[in-house]
Amino acid sequence: MLATALLIAFSLVTLALLLSFIRLVKGPDIPDRILALDTLYINAIALLILAGLHFGSSLYFEAALLIAVMGFVGTVAFSKYLLRGDIME
Amino acid sequence: MTLLSFNIPVVVLLPFVGAIAAAWVSRYSRLASAWAATIITLLAMAFLAPAAGLPFQGETLIQSWSWIPGIGLTFSFRLDGLALLFALLILAIGLLVIGYARYYLSPKDCMGRFFAYLLMFMGSMLGVVLSENLIQLVVFWELTSLTSFLLISYWRHRQDARLGARMALAITGAGGLALLAGVMLLGHVVGSYNLTDVLAAGDRVRASELYLPVLVLILIGVFTKSAQFPFHFWLPHAMAAPTPVSAYLHSATMVKAGIFLLARFFPVLSGTPEWSWIVSSAGLITLVIGAYIALFQHDLKGLLAYSTISHLGLITLLFGFGTQLAAVAAIFHIINHATFKASLFMVAGIIDHETGTRDMRRINGLFSYMPHTAVLAMIAAAAMAGVPLLNGFLSKEMFFQQTITASQVSGWAWAIPALVLIAAIFSVAYSLRFIHDVFFNGKPVDLPKTPHEPPRFMKIPVDLLVIICLAVGIIPMFTVAPVLHVAVAGTLQASPPEYSLAIWHGINLPLIMSILALAGGALVYTARKRLFAWHDASVARWDARIVFNAILGSLDRFAVGVTRVFDKGSLQNAAVWVIVTALTAGFIGWMGISAPLLGARELLPVDGVSLAVLAVMMAASLMTAVLHRRRLVSLLMLGVVGLVVSLVFVKFSAPDLALTQLSVEVVTVVLLLLALYFLPQSTPRERDKVRIGRDIAISVLAGAGVAVLTMGVLTRELTPISDYFLLNAVPGGGGTNVVNVILVDFRGTDTLGEIVVLALAGLGIYAMLRGMKLPAPDRDSQGRLWSSDNHPEIMRTHTRLLFPLMLMIAVYIFLRGHNLPGGGFIAGLIAAVALIVQYLANGIAWTSKRLRFDMHWVIGLGLLAATATGLVAMGLGYPFLTSTFTYLDWPVVGKFEVASAIAFDLGVFLVVVGATVLSLVELGKLSDSSHKAEQQKRRTEVR
Repeated sequence: MLATALLIAFSLVTLALLLSFIRLVKGPDIPDRILALDTLYINAIALLILAGLHFGSSLYFEAALLIAVMGFVGTVAFSKYLLRGDIME
Repeated sequence: MTLLSFNIPVVVLLPFVGAIAAAWVSRYSRLASAWAATIITLLAMAFLAPAAGLPFQGETLIQSWSWIPGIGLTFSFRLDGLALLFALLILAIGLLVIGYARYYLSPKDCMGRFFAYLLMFMGSMLGVVLSENLIQLVVFWELTSLTSFLLISYWRHRQDARLGARMALAITGAGGLALLAGVMLLGHVVGSYNLTDVLAAGDRVRASELYLPVLVLILIGVFTKSAQFPFHFWLPHAMAAPTPVSAYLHSATMVKAGIFLLARFFPVLSGTPEWSWIVSSAGLITLVIGAYIALFQHDLKGLLAYSTISHLGLITLLFGFGTQLAAVAAIFHIINHATFKASLFMVAGIIDHETGTRDMRRINGLFSYMPHTAVLAMIAAAAMAGVPLLNGFLSKEMFFQQTITASQVSGWAWAIPALVLIAAIFSVAYSLRFIHDVFFNGKPVDLPKTPHEPPRFMKIPVDLLVIICLAVGIIPMFTVAPVLHVAVAGTLQASPPEYSLAIWHGINLPLIMSILALAGGALVYTARKRLFAWHDASVARWDARIVFNAILGSLDRFAVGVTRVFDKGSLQNAAVWVIVTALTAGFIGWMGISAPLLGARELLPVDGVSLAVLAVMMAASLMTAVLHRRRLVSLLMLGVVGLVVSLVFVKFSAPDLALTQLSVEVVTVVLLLLALYFLPQSTPRERDKVRIGRDIAISVLAGAGVAVLTMGVLTRELTPISDYFLLNAVPGGGGTNVVNVILVDFRGTDTLGEIVVLALAGLGIYAMLRGMKLPAPDRDSQGRLWSSDNHPEIMRTHTRLLFPLMLMIAVYIFLRGHNLPGGGFIAGLIAAVALIVQYLANGIAWTSKRLRFDMHWVIGLGLLAATATGLVAMGLGYPFLTSTFTYLDWPVVGKFEVASAIAFDLGVFLVVVGATVLSLVELGKLSDSSHKAEQQKRRTEVR
């Protein structure tokens, strides 16, 4: 049961990852791309959690946790750059 | 453990510690640093005192600790007669100079800096003379060059001081390198770097075929330091230093370091024709040239500088004779020269201080203004001239005797006493000039100040030195004889030969030479006007500085030329050189190997998810390059690469690397965005088709090469060293996270080095960016004005909420780092990111107001914690940074393990946080100051 669910989840998350990347490449605007990168980070979290379930190891959750806490910092910095150019003022 | 088992290193290291103290206390009171320096010197003397009796009993005290046995380096010290004499000179004259400098320095000069430099120099000199290990001796020797550079350039606002210091450093530093090479060769010949072994192996060294290179290299070190011809010219330029520095460096210490080395290696290297020829000709030429030029100096200190050169030549010449009696005379003259020259420099300083000039054409007739000083100066100068009943007379007599002995060697050797006599005549003449021109000879000419006697305590050091001159000159047997005896015994490493210190030996050749010199000197001085005119018209134009600058200039141009071939100031160009070199080297290495490209190891199965993720990474890498002209988009692509790389690390069971990569990724994005603000938003198009083709070819080749290499490595079964660490992490380091145990325990010293580099980089960035202003764009790449909302409310609120959460994760990752993925480095990065987000979202002003501690302190505390952990282990008798661990039982938490390495890891954590935040925030402030400039500009435009 879990194996089947994992298989489906893996496929969907991988698809989401690919789609986010396509959006990142296509744009067309910078905000689109920034959001695409942010989504990629979230996809990565999902992938790590799934891998943790699949391999039965909690070490994967560490990396997921770290992405969850720090992944948004890049997005904040990029957005601040668009807003003011100067990200630390 | 008695005092005699560790007191010598204490004597040497005390001044270095004291230097910090002296600099520190000067914050509170100017005079406190002078007192601190005095107390430190007295303490050093007190530590030396218990051991001072040993050389008199014929014993040599050696205190040794193992340091890096693999390269023959021990931390070891030696006290014999020669070392004792020099240590006493350094400390005693140092003490007098400190007292003198306290009155000499004006209120504008920073006392703390002066005494800190002086103490560091004193420590370096003590290290040179008290070292048993030769490599350690060279280290201290280099330290004397560096600290004397600081002392000479003490008045750093003066160009002549800076140039003089630079010249001294260039010459003595180059000599230090030669000395290092010589010492390495000598150690190779002897098979040990310890002086005890080297001194016992004299015959072997002299018979070795490496003898000549050893001799020449060591002598280059000696001659540069002791200002021997042709390296003599740096010394007069070093006179731009404050006079107490000159009095110290050029009487008893810096220049005597070279002489000390001659004496130290006398039993090993002397006694061959090569030694005699090189040493005595350098000494003789220096003696004559120095004495001649000294007479024509109008600057008081210039006269003393050249006279110092001349006297150093005299001592070198004596060592060059290579006989035991000549060594006695040389050691004796070292003592005498130190006393009378120090006092003369101090007098010159007093005169400079009280009249405002050092030009002897203007300072005349000072006797009536400062009779006390005048009497002191006259006695000291008479000692310099070699007048009977003064110490200079005794050693000069011995010197003349030795030249006469040497003249009987061959037919041409009569030239030695003849030239020496000429030098002696000039020596008397310049001494006379020092007395007559300054204190008599009419009235002062147009002085900036009305001269009067200096403060009483400024004269006391001179009083003491002059009393020594007299005491040694009149009753040598009761004053200098015992010290001279042990110093000679220490030099020769044997019992001294028979010699007499009597004042009267009857009428003999040396006495006649003395009388001739005194009379001739008086004659030359009376004819000085005509001589000056002739000198100015002919010889005065020669200046060794011109040659020095020409050599230095062409060296500079050569270095710049070579550099410019490889580095045209373009990053692309530099990258091409690096990559092409790597390619060529890799290709050459590949050619000779017949083994198959790929190993036999089976490939791992590939799953669909990994394939898709890796495809994303490859596409993103490609897009980064393709879109490189639009820099922001390229940076976003780079973000994808970083993310996927960390996923790959997770997949291949390297969680530590994954966590590090994730944190570094975030910091990198912030850093690049900070920089991008000041850079053009797009890269100009490269039009040169040939160059594009070349670059593509190089990058494809390099990429393919790395891929093939990686495949080659990955498909082979290797037995890496990791097994050792996996086995020993728990028993040896008390942690199950091997990566962290390696970082903080097995390779702890490496990590310590790395965090020092990180700390320096952070501080360096801070120093370079502080106060810098760059023009910042006021519109974005599409030409729109920036938003006026600096810190949107949503962003502020959310990041503030996340702050404690991030810190908690940092603490968590830190604490469990020893056993599970994590540790100080990753935790430091997470904490740094947590802080930086606050700067991003809330602004520098808001965050700085709430974050009260200074990042400099964080870095400093981190380094201190890491080093202290290592030192505690040393203090308990284990090697540096040995870690220990134990298990504790805590209620609720249960049993857990505590390693001392956690203190070290805390240091790593603090340095990472401090350096990262310091440098990024400083970059952020860069734009802050630019904004202010921008706003000001706008305001003025509106008006």
